[in-house]
Amino acid sequence: MTSYSETHAPSGLFDGLRTRPSQVWGAVRLVPLVRAEPVEDLRLHPRIHPGPGVVDLGRKGSYCSYIPHSFVAEWTGDGTPAAAYGTQLAEGPAEQGSVAAVRLHFHRRMARQEGRRRLRFLPLHLALEGYLALHFGGPTIAWEEWSRQALSQGLSPRVEAAYLGLQVPGLADALSVFEIHPGQCGVLVYLADALAAAFVVPHPEDYRTLHPTLVQDLYGDLVHHYATLMPPVPDFRARIADTGIRSLGELRAAAAEQTDRWEEFHDTTMAAGLVEQESNWQRVRRMGRFTLSRFLPEFRPKQDNHIGEAILDERGRTVYLKTFRLSENQVRRGFLLSRLAAHDWHLADTATEFGIDDAALAKRLETAGFGHLLRQRR
Amino acid sequence: MESYGDLVAADDVLLFVNAAITATGQREFHADAGTQRLSLDFLHAYMLGNYRDLYAGVLALDINDHNAALIVRRLLETSAEATVEQRRSEGRLIAGRLALLPPQRVYGLFRALRRAGVNNRRTRALLRDWLAARPDLAFDAVKYRSGLKQALRHAHLAPGDGELGTFLFAPLSRAHYDTPILETWRRAHYEQAAVYELPYTVAEGFAAKHGIPRAVFLERIAPRMTRLEALRLQETAERRGVAEAVAVDLARMPLTRLAGYVLSLPVAERVERREELTGALRAAAARVAGVHRGTWGRVTAVLDDSFSSYGSGVKRRRPLAVAVACHYLLEALADRYAGLWTSGRREALLAHPVGPTPLGERILDALETAPDRLVIVSDGWDNAPPGLAAEVLRVWRTRIDPERRTSVVHLNPVYDADDFDVRRLAPSVPTAGVRDAEDLPALVEIAQFAEGRTGLAELTAYLDARAERLLAAPGQRTAAGGAR
Repeated sequence: MTSYSETHAPSGLFDGLRTRPSQVWGAVRLVPLVRAEPVEDLRLHPRIHPGPGVVDLGRKGSYCSYIPHSFVAEWTGDGTPAAAYGTQLAEGPAEQGSVAAVRLHFHRRMARQEGRRRLRFLPLHLALEGYLALHFGGPTIAWEEWSRQALSQGLSPRVEAAYLGLQVPGLADALSVFEIHPGQCGVLVYLADALAAAFVVPHPEDYRTLHPTLVQDLYGDLVHHYATLMPPVPDFRARIADTGIRSLGELRAAAAEQTDRWEEFHDTTMAAGLVEQESNWQRVRRMGRFTLSRFLPEFRPKQDNHIGEAILDERGRTVYLKTFRLSENQVRRGFLLSRLAAHDWHLADTATEFGIDDAALAKRLETAGFGHLLRQRR
Repeated sequence: MESYGDLVAADDVLLFVNAAITATGQREFHADAGTQRLSLDFLHAYMLGNYRDLYAGVLALDINDHNAALIVRRLLETSAEATVEQRRSEGRLIAGRLALLPPQRVYGLFRALRRAGVNNRRTRALLRDWLAARPDLAFDAVKYRSGLKQALRHAHLAPGDGELGTFLFAPLSRAHYDTPILETWRRAHYEQAAVYELPYTVAEGFAAKHGIPRAVFLERIAPRMTRLEALRLQETAERRGVAEAVAVDLARMPLTRLAGYVLSLPVAERVERREELTGALRAAAARVAGVHRGTWGRVTAVLDDSFSSYGSGVKRRRPLAVAVACHYLLEALADRYAGLWTSGRREALLAHPVGPTPLGERILDALETAPDRLVIVSDGWDNAPPGLAAEVLRVWRTRIDPERRTSVVHLNPVYDADDFDVRRLAPSVPTAGVRDAEDLPALVEIAQFAEGRTGLAELTAYLDARAERLLAAPGQRTAAGGAR
């Protein structure tokens, strides 16, 4: 049973990160996030990123590392490849064998890809698991409407589908022509100007390592549809009103104002769906001053709903963040389950809340894919 | 008075010239090879269909070899559509241009004509004349064996003397050749020493056949390499420990090639050899600048070393190499020079393609130095923030410097397949395509036309003048490529 503590979401999800001008490729808009000061004491696990800086930091002792979900490396220590299972925090480079991993049996071709250490296997994260396990146990009270299967096995098997980044048209191209900013520690991916994913890491070098892996992440079918059907999005081009500019200094000030304006517009308008969403956070692991958590939204139909996983520091600033935008159907399923759970799985009570009758709610459950939970009536 | 049609024509020709200078039908940072080729093919078909005379006239400009060969091919393919007068002027332009092209390009062109089934009298005559003008046909028979063979077969020409014909069509049927190079080639089949008297590309095949170790081969073949071959093999020679034998005089290399070579070196080596490399680049730039040295007044350059200046796997770091070459050339041309890199880097020698393109900000920095000329070398993908460069240049021109004290020109090394042109920064700033920094002075000349102050009449006059120059000085560029 998954339990989420009530909202203790960080006040500003993007504190300490500054928005830089976006880069557009077709329907894809990538917005870089830049950190003024990189976080030095949380870095990618050295198995993934054996940089010299990591070794230096290791001597200090107060050093943590993280492993994004499904990263393939020699986690088990016997030389065979394995995929990290779930995003994890680890205690510095000395610690070995504590990484939860799934052993992989490669065919020859896949093993070659693994050699470059860029392969993400089973691209699904902690957060998605949290969403899938939502009210997984099924009805808590055996009301007569629920089928025997629902009562004995809960929602199992619970399946959701998503697209691999490589299948999202234009995303791979957009990422390969993207010019990484100095100090960049994150990116927001928009498709047809709808926020598809947010990705933040502690250090620019980690970002450089992980940037190409964004195409091996999961994207919801909404994102895939937008990418396939929508025309290219326009650039937000700078515009300077030339009246009243008489010197280079004034021109420079006007140019700087353009950059600030974009930043403000983006943070308050474009990213609002994610920043302002009410969400439930669950702490998964704590290590040193860092906490690994996952979060679920309140499931508001017809709005952006992002699930995600994050590592926060002791002041609640995000050092690592990865989100997934749920598709409309997924939101509807989450919404129905959470409302049912709120009413102790009582159909009539839930139907009353929606202002419909039992039969209509049963219909709704059926279209949402939960038909097998209901007892068949003559 | 100029008609609307004339203005459109002038515009189209300039657009085509930019494309013909930059496009090579290869993969670029933002477009793949297929897109580039499709876009370029359309442009050629459009120009040929609408402005045949101007299309042929472009042959006289410093367009790249790929496009020169394409133009020649299309003109010959459509000979039937030309009037007698057109054919005469085209014939002279084509002959003049073929004399400038490196021989492997011309043989490639003949092969393409053969594949396309183009075998009119004009084509055969051009082929005959070009072959007759070759300094040493026996050398060509060895180095460009299949090319020459196909050309002769296609044009129904008899090779000069009996020996050449036998060599091409039944090479091993004779026990002895009188021509030294043909005899060397025959002996190279059996005798290792003879391999080292052949051109490098031919000798390489024989070296593989005889199983000669690479280091030994490189050391002994070095004197037979062209200088570009030697430049290309520097790294290999270093690895094999025969660097002295294959050593080249860097200062004598063409400027842009040299810049490309410098950028291919790891940063540590560039730091180590700083004096030598900088000296070579300066010497090459001074040679290009020639009499114009120090005559351009105060010049400031904005140079693009963003990630997109990496180009692509097939044109590795080409846009960045052009920027580095322009940096050294402008330094030579100017009285007082300042070069500003988009990444904020200070030293051109250590340039590396990384980061975004904050062109607008850098242009502001450049204008602060109050230059006479501002030269921008960039692929035009201004993205931090997008469009700021255009706004800065517009406001500068309309509000701060309406008297045009500072002349601004934008040079773009990358063809944009979607726009059929190089990407422009602002309508008020002339943009010209650039392939080799060596052409920079001529390009600044052309860029004046792009500012929209000159019409078709001037442009035609300019093309005619260039055609005269082309025909007056044949073979001036053969020294740059090809054989040493």
